[in-house]
This record gives sequence, structure tokens and C-alpha cells, in this order.
Amino acid sequence: MAEIRNYTLNFGPQHPAAHGVLRLILEIDGEVIERADPHIGLLHRGTEKLVESKPYNHSIGYMDRLDYVSMMSNEHAYVMAIETMLELEVPERAQYIRVMFDEITRILNHLMWLGTHALDVGAMSIFLYAFREREKLIDCYEAVSGSRMHATYYRPGGVYRDLPDNMPKYLKTDTRTDKEIEVMNKNRQGSLLDFIEDFVKEFPRHVKQYDDLLTENRIWKQRLVNIGIVSAKRAKQLGFTGPMLRGSGVAWDLRKNQPYAVYDQLEFDIPIGVTGDSYDRYLVRMEEMRQSNKIIGQCVTWLKANPGPVMSDDKKVAPPKRIDMKDDMESLIHHFKLFTEGYSLPEGEVYRAVEHPKGEFGIYLISDGANKPYRVKIRAPGFAHLASMNEMTKGHMLSDVVTIIGTQDIVFGEIDR
Amino acid sequence: MQKLLEQLEEIFDASSIASSYGELTLTVASEDIISTCLKLRDKLAFDTLIDLCGVDYLTYGQSEWVGDASNSGYSRGRSAQGGEDRHQQRFAVVYHLLSVSKNYRIRVKAFVDEAEPIIKSVTNIWTSADWYEREAFDLMGILFENHTDLRRILTDYGFVGHPLRKDFPMIGEVEMRYDEDLGRVVYEKVSIEPNISVPKVIRK
Repeated sequence: MAEIRNYTLNFGPQHPAAHGVLRLILEIDGEVIERADPHIGLLHRGTEKLVESKPYNHSIGYMDRLDYVSMMSNEHAYVMAIETMLELEVPERAQYIRVMFDEITRILNHLMWLGTHALDVGAMSIFLYAFREREKLIDCYEAVSGSRMHATYYRPGGVYRDLPDNMPKYLKTDTRTDKEIEVMNKNRQGSLLDFIEDFVKEFPRHVKQYDDLLTENRIWKQRLVNIGIVSAKRAKQLGFTGPMLRGSGVAWDLRKNQPYAVYDQLEFDIPIGVTGDSYDRYLVRMEEMRQSNKIIGQCVTWLKANPGPVMSDDKKVAPPKRIDMKDDMESLIHHFKLFTEGYSLPEGEVYRAVEHPKGEFGIYLISDGANKPYRVKIRAPGFAHLASMNEMTKGHMLSDVVTIIGTQDIVFGEIDR
Repeated sequence: MQKLLEQLEEIFDASSIASSYGELTLTVASEDIISTCLKLRDKLAFDTLIDLCGVDYLTYGQSEWVGDASNSGYSRGRSAQGGEDRHQQRFAVVYHLLSVSKNYRIRVKAFVDEAEPIIKSVTNIWTSADWYEREAFDLMGILFENHTDLRRILTDYGFVGHPLRKDFPMIGEVEMRYDEDLGRVVYEKVSIEPNISVPKVIRK
């Protein structure tokens, strides 16, 4: 009889289910995974090295490019680390704007996750529905920052500018009739906040739609239930955070447990799973979208009632008003210094983390008193999650690997940095 | 945090504990890392290793500003917290621990020597240390004793050097291109000049 041997399968880096550039070396016994060895670093851009060579404000844009589906959450951790070291007061309105956009980002991220996860597992249509709503939220990004993805909107001391009074509208094109344009612009007549308010009203209906398509879907359940079970104890050992940890039944959320910005003034719940399988994590993330929607609603109400500054008035950090620079020499000097040399942080070190859509995203910042960081370590949640790939896939079938990559919500921008 | 500080002072030497920006830092000798981590995990319930990284203190506190132009202007007017002189040894390994059950954090710091940058691996205490240690080895060249699989993780296959070290140039050392004649990819010395766009200035 012929000798039976395990064989090795190379999965990726060019594979539609690899969510970017994951290369997996799988050791397979028949169709059962014996060992999975992820090779990462194919998207390594040396962010931590680059950040060391630039003044603080120049690197906010790099943060967007880490986890490129939850841009503003990354920025939040970075500016929070800087603000802590500068002992900078952030105006309350800016805090609310940040929280609102953090939650918009969470929905953006979870919609992306839902779409691609379902697509990998075999449900095509959900992807199209998820991207329909993503489009609206990306328009919100565009309205405040001018950029649809890499916003660079959060700045140390606040946010770049206040929310716009007009939501940009679709223009006439040759391919669309006036009537179609009118329908598309129906919810864009007021300010950005009106637009978001309309979204908040509509969104639960859309989540319901995804829910109807997937939650009780037989194929979906067959592919997800009892796949990649992680116990609460193992989850902590493996450094899991965010929905991955909550899916295993640990009620841990930085927004609740170590609140930052204005999360302690908002009402929301933390969903947790029971068994810690992929299906539980799916349910957790679905509920998180509903909760995020609730938070956005509360922020919109607050922001409508409370106008005010959105940037700290500390001139060493925040750029002066353009109009002041015309006749105030000091403003001109501040502007010049700020945009050439930047500002210096006091000597010391700090670690600040936010509840990023994927888990705990932290920035460990060491300053030696210069205008550039001495060392920045980016704690990416996906890195710890992907590290558990071997443990999570062991004993599962080859097709389950795809489910597990999906449930880990892998994005290579943050893992490879 | 106060409670944690009291508990820490019972177990560790008070002089090794520093507090800044509402965070605690415990500095230990590299030989003691295993015993320290075990105590932290078992006695103080630090169940999660959030992060592990290497730090290179080679150019700490050195400014790139040459000449004395405007070295006095634009002061910061804020005092430093926890910025004592601590770079007698070049490398540090920094552990960020989190206790999910008790809801507190701590930072543990161990310095290692330049000549022998070796420290014991904590993979047996927290499984998540596995990849973090591989990363610290890859980017900083710190070796972790008893790590079962200390391979490079983020850099290219066959990469030479440790890019996050301060003496590694930001532009790298080699560049890659496809050679028509040889019919394969070749590595050559970088052809671009290193350039500092904004000099590093230290304002005390």
C-alpha cells in the first residue's frame, strides 16, 4: 500500500479570500488542516520607521493607511497619545464629532467585513447591499475632510474643521434624468448632520435586511456555527480584543471599561457571544452596528444643540486662523513655526488605545523632547488575531479556513504596518 | 490605579516603579523577566499581553539640528513626565499588559545589552507573545531565548539587517529591480541619497 503523507498547500498571496496579501502555508491531511503558517509582511511599508522621521502632524495620514477600512479610529489613537503628552484640552464639540465619526467608521468597517465575509462564504448579494450603505457613510467622510477614505481629519487638539452646513449634492449627468437626480438628492438638502440623521433613521431597516438574508440562512449557519471556537481563557491568552474577545463571552470594551472621549456620556450596550464560534462573532458584530447607530443618533442630537469650537486654542499646536495672520505678527510666526518645525512633545512615553472596530488599537509613543517621535509602536488588533490562525484552523476543513479568515476581520494595512 | 500601585509595591522594589500620564511602568532586569511576568500574571491577574516591542535608545536625546540658529525660540512651556536618563543600555523590550478581569494596565520594561541582545521568551506565559517576539527580532534584532520559532516576520524573505534600529538608514540599504539580461530580480545598493526633510530639534 502506498505511503500516506500530509501535503503542503500554498494559499495566497493572490487569492480573493485572502483579504489582501495573506500567504498561508497549509499542511493538510486529506482536507483537514494540520498546521497553518501565515506569512505576512507583503504589505509592510515601514510605517513605524517613517513616523520617526517626520514631525508629529505629518504622520496622521499614515494612520489612515494602517487599517484602511477604519481610518478615523486609527487617527483617534494617535492624536490621543499626542494630546495626553501635551496635556491638551480638546473642546467637547470636537470630542462628540470624533465619537460620531468613530462610530461611523465602525459601521463602515463592519459593513466591509460583512460584505466580504459573506462573499467568501458564498453569499454574493449581501456584498452589494453592504456597499450601498457604505457609500453614504463614505460621503460623510468626504463632506468633512474632502477625502473619501484617507481623511486626516482628527488633529491634536480637535478636528480639522467644523461639520459643513451643506451636504454636497449629486450633479446632473448625461446618464441620469433630472428626476433620478432629484430622488438621489432628497436627503441631501440640509446639513451633514441632517444627512446623518436620515441615515440613522434608515439604517436599522438595512441591518434588518442583512439579518433576514443571513442570520437564519441554512447555508450561512452550516458554514459558521462551531467553526473556529475560542474559549474565553484562550482568547485572553491569544491577545484577542474587540469583537473577537466579546464573541468568546468576555464583556470587555474600552468604550465602557476605560472610557475615552465622551463615551461615558452616551448610552449603548455591549453585545457578547456564548460559544465563541464564528457565528457568535457574526452576531456580535451585527449588534455592534445597531449600537453604533444608536450612538451616532445621540451624537447628532448633541451636536445640533451645542455649537462651539472644534479645535483647541493652544497656538503651539493648533494652526492660527487665516484671517488673524493678515495683521497679527504672532499668528504669522506661530503658523510658520508650526508648519516648518512642528511642535515638540515633552520627554516621556505614553500608551493610548481606542476601541477600534477590530479590537484594541494602541499607540505607544516615546518622545525624547523633540519635534518628531522617538519611537512609535502601533498595536494593531489584527496582528494578534492572525497569529492565532494556526490554533483556530487546526482540525478544520480547508473551506473553513476561508470562514476563519473572514471572521477574524483581517486587513493587511494594520497587520503589516 | 492606586490600588495596583500598592499591590505592586508589596511585590516589587518601589524604586523600579514609575508613574506618568496615569500609567505605571515597571522596570526590571532582563534576567528577572520570567519571574516578574509570572508574578504579574498569577498574583495580579494580568491575563493578556497586549503588546510587546523593542526600543532602540541609540540616538535618544540627540538633535539633528546643526548650528545654533533659533535654538532658544518657541519654547514648549510644559514639564516632562517620567523622562529620566535610562539609556545606559541600548535596547529595551517593552511589554504592555492588560488585566481584563481587574481592568488595569501596566508597562514592563527590560533593558538588554547591545553586545548580547538576548532575553528569555515569555511565550509560555502568554501565547500572544509568539508573533510579537518574532516582530521584535525581525525589526530590532533582539533575540528571545526558548522561542520555538524565531523567524523573520514582516520583512522580505532573505532580508539583511534590522530596519527599526536607529543606525539602519530610512531609505534602506538595497533596492530591487528586474534585470532583463539575467532574467531575474536583482538586489543592488540603494542609489538615492538619504535626506532629512525636517531636522529633529529638541526643545527643553
